[in-house]
Amino acid sequence: MSAQQIRELIAQHARLSVNANELGEDADLYSAGLTSLTTVNLMLALEDHFNVEFTDKMLGRKTFGSIRLLSEAIQELVAA
Amino acid sequence: MCLTPVDEAYKTYKDELVAAGLLIPLGEPGVFGRSGTFEHIVDKFEEYVTRMGEHQNAEVMRFPPIFSRAHYEQIDHINNFPDLMGSIHTFMGKDAEHRKMLSIFERKENWSSELSPSRLMMVPAACYPLYPTATGTLPANGRTVDLKTFVFRHEPSEDPARMQIFRQREFVRLGSPEEALNHRNYWLKEGEKILKSVGLDVTAVVANDPFFGRGGKVMKATQIEQVLKYELVVPICSAEKPTAVTSCNYHLDHFGTSFNIKTADGNVAHTACIGFGLERITLALLKTHGFDLKTWPHEVRSVLALA
Repeated sequence: MSAQQIRELIAQHARLSVNANELGEDADLYSAGLTSLTTVNLMLALEDHFNVEFTDKMLGRKTFGSIRLLSEAIQELVAA
Repeated sequence: MCLTPVDEAYKTYKDELVAAGLLIPLGEPGVFGRSGTFEHIVDKFEEYVTRMGEHQNAEVMRFPPIFSRAHYEQIDHINNFPDLMGSIHTFMGKDAEHRKMLSIFERKENWSSELSPSRLMMVPAACYPLYPTATGTLPANGRTVDLKTFVFRHEPSEDPARMQIFRQREFVRLGSPEEALNHRNYWLKEGEKILKSVGLDVTAVVANDPFFGRGGKVMKATQIEQVLKYELVVPICSAEKPTAVTSCNYHLDHFGTSFNIKTADGNVAHTACIGFGLERITLALLKTHGFDLKTWPHEVRSVLALA
């Protein structure tokens, strides 16, 4: 999945303390200011945008830890 | 209606409590009056907690069970627990609107549609009214506050231990991350010790709050992954579904950020609390030791200073 699309959604919905456009694909989003509440905003935005639904198993910090992890999870959902 | 064995157990225990006059039903599930004996146990348990927490020199503060809607809007409760909130509505019209409401009322239709929201909400947790009053800079070494109030959660149930309005006694710490976490961890151990010393079969478990909806699943998972909340659970009506009678929570900087609470060195304050569920503890004691306080084990009577 496009890392850039995910990055843009992070910029719009995750209320990070850093500029999302400067985030590397492996940067720790929680260190960058993602909270559990903004994780929910981001999750809903990603689901809308990519027309997917995260499985219950995916609904934890591990899935939302970085752009790469999110991209892999969405890839898995799209392929399913 | 088909009742599960757990539902049967809830109903049986509730009926026993009502028959003994310990709980006085008020016509709605989870809303009860309490007898003198019930209150005596609450008082004695609270006095015990006070003795065990005396060394903290906590500031005692008592807040009413309602607080400002504006403060409510700053705590994310509307995101996380919309199904549990209590919003206070009242009539704000003039004569014409009054006549309209009365005519709806007399037709036995839904007159509450004529009400408007007041600026007040029911308090969902005893420590929520504290944080808006703590905005600013904490003293060196932070603050420790002793709280008690009725709290409201809209979750009607036949389980006598799931009341819609009940009391929490709390010790809250506001300070550095280390001070908050130490408070949570100290009181987790101490809470377990206190409950065991009154004969309750208590277990500490990592827990999550009942966050609402799909977003709530993320909240639950992250709360558990970060080990922010412990509950001390006791079997009351069921060994398979024990009841949380006390919780120990580390809120990170959630309230510090929401209400601009700073430590003396200028960082965002972290907070933590222990909350004793006074009704649930009393119900667990009555279930464990019986309804006649005179026959409770000698050591329990002694710890609680029951005459």
